Amino acid sequence: MRKIVLLIVVIAIAVAVYEAGRHKSSAKGGRPGALDSAAAAFSLQDLDGKPLALANYNGKVVLLNFWATWCTPCRGEIPQFVDYQNTLGPKGFQIVGISMDDDPKPVREFYQQFKMNYPVGMGTTALAESYGGVLGLPVTFLIGRDGRIAAKYVGAADMNALQQKIESLLAK
Amino acid sequence: MKLSCVALIFSLIVLASATAAAQSSSGGQELAPGSPALVTSEELLQMLQSGKDKPLVLNIGPSLLFMQAHIPGAEYIGAAAERQGLGRLRARVKPLPRNTSIVLYCGCCPWSHCPNVHPAYNQLHAMGFSNLKVLYIANNFGSDWVDKGYPTIKGQ
Repeated sequence: MRKIVLLIVVIAIAVAVYEAGRHKSSAKGGRPGALDSAAAAFSLQDLDGKPLALANYNGKVVLLNFWATWCTPCRGEIPQFVDYQNTLGPKGFQIVGISMDDDPKPVREFYQQFKMNYPVGMGTTALAESYGGVLGLPVTFLIGRDGRIAAKYVGAADMNALQQKIESLLAK
Repeated sequence: MKLSCVALIFSLIVLASATAAAQSSSGGQELAPGSPALVTSEELLQMLQSGKDKPLVLNIGPSLLFMQAHIPGAEYIGAAAERQGLGRLRARVKPLPRNTSIVLYCGCCPWSHCPNVHPAYNQLHAMGFSNLKVLYIANNFGSDWVDKGYPTIKGQ
């Protein structure tokens, strides 16, 4: 009888510890797109129809940029992103663009015109919601090598701060 | 000397006229923050919740943003910066009495960069709509409406 009571007590403690841990982790990064939460996996096609999945960049620092061709602040950021991809790419850095345009045609034209050197896919409502909603542009996420969201920038990012953050993540 | 002064004054008059014409055609002056043509989020919410004289709310922004969250009762028109969107806007309002209360909104990006509000406002203004307002969204719809806890719905 005593053994059964002891077993029940041990199980109860184990369940309590497990639940406490679970609540702690959900409070820390449970909301989609929240800092320190796991970046939502996605699988799309790029503008050439090739597969574009976040999982392809496991172990890299990823800059995920929601943008659109009609968005002036977004257009201002792109040349700097092209430069980052050139200079920081060899260190394990990858940019992924998600266009929120309604139509891919202007995106393809823009891609050529701005000599973009990183993959771009067309956004969906589900993808935007898996990052907490994209209800204004641009929105940029930095994802660390561990696959967790390390930073989020709503509106045009401060490029100096952004670059410092990228470099600190690359150093980890 | 006299001739130079006359030329200078003439140039200034031409420049001032050109600037005024440019501002008028873009709607830039009329839609500056604080303009009576604008309505704030708080004011629109009150109008919608008052239950009487509800305005026709038209979204003139991109569809992916509208689908995630929009003002309940708002109709999706599409980006007014594009020819198709502007055409849909014209077609939607064409049969309406010119004193219909209409509120346009976008919220795709910061107010000064929004490509949609000015073309839409100018179009309806040119069609003679007299009871026309534009929702002033300083940053974007997420920050200035959703994050304030104001009501939204999803879908088309």
